[in-house]
Order: sequence, then structure tokens, then C-alpha cells
Amino acid sequence: MTRPDPRRRANRAWLLVLPVVVSVAFTAVIPLMTVVNFSVQDVFSPTDRVFVGLDWFYEAVRRPENREAFVRTLLFSAQVLLVEIPLGVAIAVAMPRRGVWVSVALVLVALPLLIPWNVVGTIWQIFARPDIGLGGWTVANLLGVDYNYTLDSTDAWITILVMDVWHWTPLVALLAYAGLRSIPQPYFQAAQIDGASAWATFRHIQLPRLRGVLTIAILLRFMDSFMIYTEPFVVTGGGPGNATTFLSILLSKMAVGQFDVGPAGAFSLIYFLVVQILCYVFFTALTRSGR
Amino acid sequence: MTLILDRVSVRQRGEIWLDDIRLETGTGLTTLIGPLNSGKTTLMRVVAGLQPPDSGRVLVAGKDVTSISVRNRSIAFVYQRFINYPSLTIYENIASPLRLDGRFRGPAIDRRVREVAELMGLAGLLDRRPAELSGGQQQRTAIARALARPVDVLLLDEPLANLDFKLREQLRADLKARFADAPGVVLYSTADPAEALTFAAPTVVLGEGRVLETGDVAAMYARPPTLAVAATLSDPPLNLLPGVVREGRSAEGGVLLGIRPHQVTLAPRGPGAVELPAEIRLAEVTGSATFLHLLLRGERHLVAHLPGTWRFQPGEATRAYVDPAHVLVFDEGGDRLPLSGAEVDLHG
Repeated sequence: MTRPDPRRRANRAWLLVLPVVVSVAFTAVIPLMTVVNFSVQDVFSPTDRVFVGLDWFYEAVRRPENREAFVRTLLFSAQVLLVEIPLGVAIAVAMPRRGVWVSVALVLVALPLLIPWNVVGTIWQIFARPDIGLGGWTVANLLGVDYNYTLDSTDAWITILVMDVWHWTPLVALLAYAGLRSIPQPYFQAAQIDGASAWATFRHIQLPRLRGVLTIAILLRFMDSFMIYTEPFVVTGGGPGNATTFLSILLSKMAVGQFDVGPAGAFSLIYFLVVQILCYVFFTALTRSGR
Repeated sequence: MTLILDRVSVRQRGEIWLDDIRLETGTGLTTLIGPLNSGKTTLMRVVAGLQPPDSGRVLVAGKDVTSISVRNRSIAFVYQRFINYPSLTIYENIASPLRLDGRFRGPAIDRRVREVAELMGLAGLLDRRPAELSGGQQQRTAIARALARPVDVLLLDEPLANLDFKLREQLRADLKARFADAPGVVLYSTADPAEALTFAAPTVVLGEGRVLETGDVAAMYARPPTLAVAATLSDPPLNLLPGVVREGRSAEGGVLLGIRPHQVTLAPRGPGAVELPAEIRLAEVTGSATFLHLLLRGERHLVAHLPGTWRFQPGEATRAYVDPAHVLVFDEGGDRLPLSGAEVDLHG
């Protein structure tokens, strides 16, 4: 009897990894390489193309509307995180821990998450209309605010932000709720015995235990809000003016609307890298501070 | 300081968890011993105010505290699991009950924290966080947190149960000294007879939500009033053999004989020893002792606790000896009878 050659066994391992490699190649690597391919060429027609090096990248960085959209999207993500994370945690803390109301609260909170993106956009497009929408009409007529999201940039921005908060805060709340549920009762009793206030209990028992789930919540909400497309596209179409033209809306206009695949390719690669880097920074910061 | 439980009962989902508990303890350590589900934790939770009793009153220093909330009671609680604030250092963990107390300020807090940390052997670990400590150190921290603030009632619910054997032995000895100068009532629950016997404090035996017996633990061990008390205080478990009382004695009929494993020998100890022919089934060697499982006539099992390491062949025939003077005799209701083993015939 001879022992199996370890190298041959290593080959067998490759065979097992192959399905993953193939599917990742088709779903991620090959499409990404097409984008890389576009980003370094000036394409006039499928047969007529010129290699331009890094020209499109320089142009992508230089174009003022790109910079504006970048700052706009960053600002939007920052606001989303600032509102949704504390609000989601507050909702989770307020949700019942046991009894019949648990399932009721869970269903109510999870409801917005079950609605498809474009439907959320359609709902809010009508809901926020000052003439026929319940929300818009209430704000405009009952509260007496001069509100119209199709005409006013600030109104449009606030509408998109409130919509995102409505749609995605439940995700943060559910994650935080799951984290809170995993804290053993004796911790709360110990705090009660010490006479700790509700805030101290939250600060020293609940919050430290939420670190893990909040890291995930922050990453998910950042990535998702930084790539927001469907809802503002449906509600405002990026307007009025450029007020709600976020990076992905700008990008799709460039690539599909104007068929500028070269600049669009370069720009999406930069976009992709920025998302990666920011996620890495967030993740490192959040996991480091816990040590 | 006194702690009185006056006819306390707790019912949960149709089950009786505590049944008419009457208890009176003074300053210093009181041990609460009982098997699993005997009501130890529920009793402690009632004293702490975490569990409102369905009936009855809790009095601390003569004052009825039954309706006073947990926050406003002067208590400290140590759990079986190591409960500390995960985000705070050991120093802050010990300091937190003091900071919330109001009687301590600034340098007094610092002094007290260092004093208690020294006492519990945590002095070098004050800057660490609980997750960086071993289980024994975490439980020391929890005990230090409870000891830091002078309280009327200090409750410890099986604090050593989750620790490994060696740490348990060491902490057990430490704790006895720590509780000696406690200003209030210290209620310590355990399922381990060795802990109760080591503490040698006034002891309450609980069983199925009732107080079975209170008093001196060594006396209870030597002369248990009932089978339940004897079983609770015996580790390794008591051997039970059926017997019949000989004619002309103060009692009659069928009885149960309780024989502690270390009273069973393989050579007669004294002239009155009863000889029992047996077959060896299994020998468990722990190092310092051997637990010999024997099969007597009539399919009765008997375990002998022999000091030292011994080798036996399963299936081998042998003779076990029991000194009748050390046999506990119980009637069928579980009450101990004032009879010696010599007045009883073994069944079969």
C-alpha cells in the first residue's frame, strides 16, 4: 500500500472549489473586467475603439457634477447612519421582551422591509404629493408648511431621507433587538440591585452587547445608502435640478442615457473602490474600539 | 441585623415553588442547602425582591420590605454565572455599586475598591476587563462587587458551582473568612454538602420548596431527622437497603437502612460488624479513593468508598462489612427511627 500523493489530494481540493470559482467568475469577475476594459478605452462602436490609458479616470475625478454627486451621496449616507442607527436601537429597546406583543411588534416593525424598492418609491411618490398624497397634504395644509418635493430641493432631500428612514430603520431595529434578546436576565437584575439608572443599564450592559450587531448594521446601512438608486429614481428622478442625483443615478445616466461607457466605467471603478475603502475603515474602527 | 421570612409561598404556572417558608437568621453566614429545584434560587430572589411572593412577608431588621422594589433594598447578589459589566474594568466593576450608593465619595470609593480587591486577590487585575480574566477571577470580581458595599443582606446563589474543582476548594476556604466579618446577613446557597460542612454555619435544608430542617450542620449530618435531609447532606449518595425491625423493639415493620459509602469496608471493623456477601460489579478509581459498586443478594446495590487506589476484578466474589452503629434507620415515611442497625434484619 502506498500513501496517496499529497499533491494529488491538493488537486482534488481545487476540483471542489471549482464550482465557486466558476460562478464567482460569471457573476462578479467577468462583468467587473468588462467595466475595466471600457474604462481604459474610447469606444466609438464595437469594432472601433482606442486605448486611452487613465484619461477617463482623470476626467471622472475632474468633472464637477461627479464631485457634487459624490459629496451629496456621502452626506446622505452620513445622515442615514446618524438617524437610523440611534432610532433603530431606541425602537429595539422599547420593543416588548416577552408576551403576546412580541410577535405583533416584530411583524409591525418588519413590514417596511418586505416591500420591494420600486414599490416603496411609488408609495412615497404618491404619499408625499401635496395635492393628493396623505403625507404631503397633511404637511402642506394642516401644518401650514410650504411643501412640494417636486419643486423644492430641500423638500425633495428630506422626502428621500424620511423614506429611507421609514424603509430601513426596521432592519437596524431587528438586528439590535436580536442582540438585546441574547443578553441573559441576571445582567439586568444585577443592574437593578446596584440601583443603576435606565441610561446606565443601557450604556454598560446593552450597548456593549450590541457592538457586534451594530457593526453589521452600520456596514449594511452605509453600503446600501451609498449605493441608493431605485427609490429616488422613482420619486424624484434625481431632481429637482440635481438635488437628489446620487452617484448611482448619475452613473446610470452617464452609461445608459448618454452611452458614455468609457467615463462611466472609470467612474464606477472609483465608486467601487470608495465603497470598499470606506467599509474597511468603518469595520476596522468599529472592531478596534472594542478591544 | 435579622432576616425573617414569614410564611412565604411562591406559585408559578400551577406549581408550588416555595411552600410556606418560615425562616429566621441573624448577622453572619447562613447556609442554604438543597438539591436541584428545591427552591434555593427562588427563595433568594424573593429575599432580593426580584420575585414577589404570592403570600407571606420578608422582614429585614424588623421592617417589612415585601413591597419595596429591588432598587431600594440594601442587598447584594452573586449569581452562579459570573455576572460583571463587560465594558467596565475590574476597578470600575467593583466601584459601580459604591458610586450608586451615596454613602461613598471620591477617595473613600478608591480606598474601598482597593481594599476589597486585595481581599479577593484581584489587586493586580484592576485595569483589565472581565472578558480578559479566567472564570475564577471573574467570579472573584462578582463577589468583590457584592462585598464592596456594606449591605443588610448579601445573597450568594451557588457561586462556586460553575468553577473547576481546585478553584472551588480554594475559594471555599477564602469565603468562610470573608463572611466572618460581614456587617449584615449572608445567605449562601449550595447543593454541595462539602461547602455546607466546611462553613459550619447555621444551615437550612430545603427540599421541594419547603424548609426540611434548620440547625447545626454537623449535628444534622450525624443525626439527620429525615431521609431527605440525610440524602441532601450525603455526597457520595447514601446507600439505601430495605430491612425489617426485629421483634420486641420500639418500632416494627419494614424500614429503610441508610448506609454512607465510607462506612462500608471489606474487612470487619470491630466485633459487631455485619457481613454481607457481595459480587463486585465495578470499581471507580479517583486516585485518593476507590468507589466499589457491589451487588448484594436480592439484586441490592451497595457502593463502598474505600480510601486509596485498589484493583478489583469485576465478577469477583467478596464480603462487605457494615458497623450497625453507623447505620441510619428510617421508617417508610422517611423519618429517622431511634433504632440502631443492630435492631434490624436486612431484607433477603
